[in-house]
Amino acid sequence: MDIGITLFAQVLAFTILIWLVNKYMWGPLNDVMEARRAKISDGLSASEQGKKDMERAEQQAQEMLKEAKQEAASIINQAQTRSSQIVDEAKTTAIEEADRVKAGAQAEIDQEVNRAKEALRKQVSDLALIGASKVLGKEIDAKAHQDVLNDLVSQL
Amino acid sequence: MSAAEQSSGGGSVEYIQHHLANLNVGGFNIDTIGWSLFLAGVILFMAHKVRSNLQAGTPGPFQNFVEMILEFVSTQVKDSFPGHNPLIAPLALTVFLWVWLMNFMDLIPVDLLPAIAHGVGIEHFKVVPTTDLNTALAMALVIFGLTLYYNIKVKGLGGYLKMFLFHPFGKYAIPANIVMTGIEELAKPLSLGLRLFGNMFAGELVFLLIALMTLGATLSAGLLIWFPLQVVLDLVWLMFHILVITLQAFIFMVLTIVYLGMAHQKADEH
Repeated sequence: MDIGITLFAQVLAFTILIWLVNKYMWGPLNDVMEARRAKISDGLSASEQGKKDMERAEQQAQEMLKEAKQEAASIINQAQTRSSQIVDEAKTTAIEEADRVKAGAQAEIDQEVNRAKEALRKQVSDLALIGASKVLGKEIDAKAHQDVLNDLVSQL
Repeated sequence: MSAAEQSSGGGSVEYIQHHLANLNVGGFNIDTIGWSLFLAGVILFMAHKVRSNLQAGTPGPFQNFVEMILEFVSTQVKDSFPGHNPLIAPLALTVFLWVWLMNFMDLIPVDLLPAIAHGVGIEHFKVVPTTDLNTALAMALVIFGLTLYYNIKVKGLGGYLKMFLFHPFGKYAIPANIVMTGIEELAKPLSLGLRLFGNMFAGELVFLLIALMTLGATLSAGLLIWFPLQVVLDLVWLMFHILVITLQAFIFMVLTIVYLGMAHQKADEH
């Protein structure tokens, strides 16, 4: 149990061993482990990044889909509005056209009726003249009985 | 073994004393120095073996094993050492490995290596370097030197002296403070070294006592009781001692880290 020079020998040995372990064991191994740690953490952060990117892309896709759906819906809406508009317009035009045609026809009918009436009046007056001349047996001057004839015609 | 021929109590004492004496040549305990250097060589060989096939991606089993120890040590350092000092972790690793290996020599049967040494004419041969107070105190002394160095480096010489003056009782009890802090600072390395030495010494002594049970016994009925008992006791103590050597190495390492951590703390207000 003598403490002596051995103590100093052991101090020296311990000191040198610390230095050697630091240089040849801890140093290189720690470098390797540090490198691995960095690699793993890089990989993890990259995967995290990738996951985030994917999420963002998915979100974007979702948004685009939503937008497209909205657009489609609005286009359909527009088309419907437009089509009903067109139908309405066509209806209005058709009604107008029909009215016009009807009015034209009516006018023509009226005209025709008037003409027929006119012709009939004339014939009535002629017939009256002829009949009267036959009854009287002589020629009747149309001019002389113009007033009577006109009166007759207007009564028809 | 000369002690083996004597069956008296004097023979036992002589056996133990014989075992506890170092091989001393010119003041050097050659066995202590030799074995500790050999075990240092084992550590360096381990380091060399790991370095010869160092891989960052897929470490082999041996590299994994060494990395596991490194990881364990650096976890301890991270847990109990404030701040950063690149020396602490390799220091702790050295302490742990070296102390563990030196303690491990205790698990080799107590009579085996001395008997071989005796066979080649060496009278005294102690194989466990940590049962030599020189080794334990030498390591403690190195740690003490480092704490002293870092105390002065971090706190400044004035700050360190101030700690002696004003710690732990404040500025009105300076003489008491000097005594208290002085004892505290000296007790650290002393207890560090003596704890390791004491545990290992006691452990070896128990192995010697167990070995004594059948020392010099002749073939007789008594042997039927003593021999199985010895085997059982030896086995139990051996298994327990595996725990002890690891625990002592661990305690030495942790205290090294803690003491150096304390040295790195700036002077707090007292």
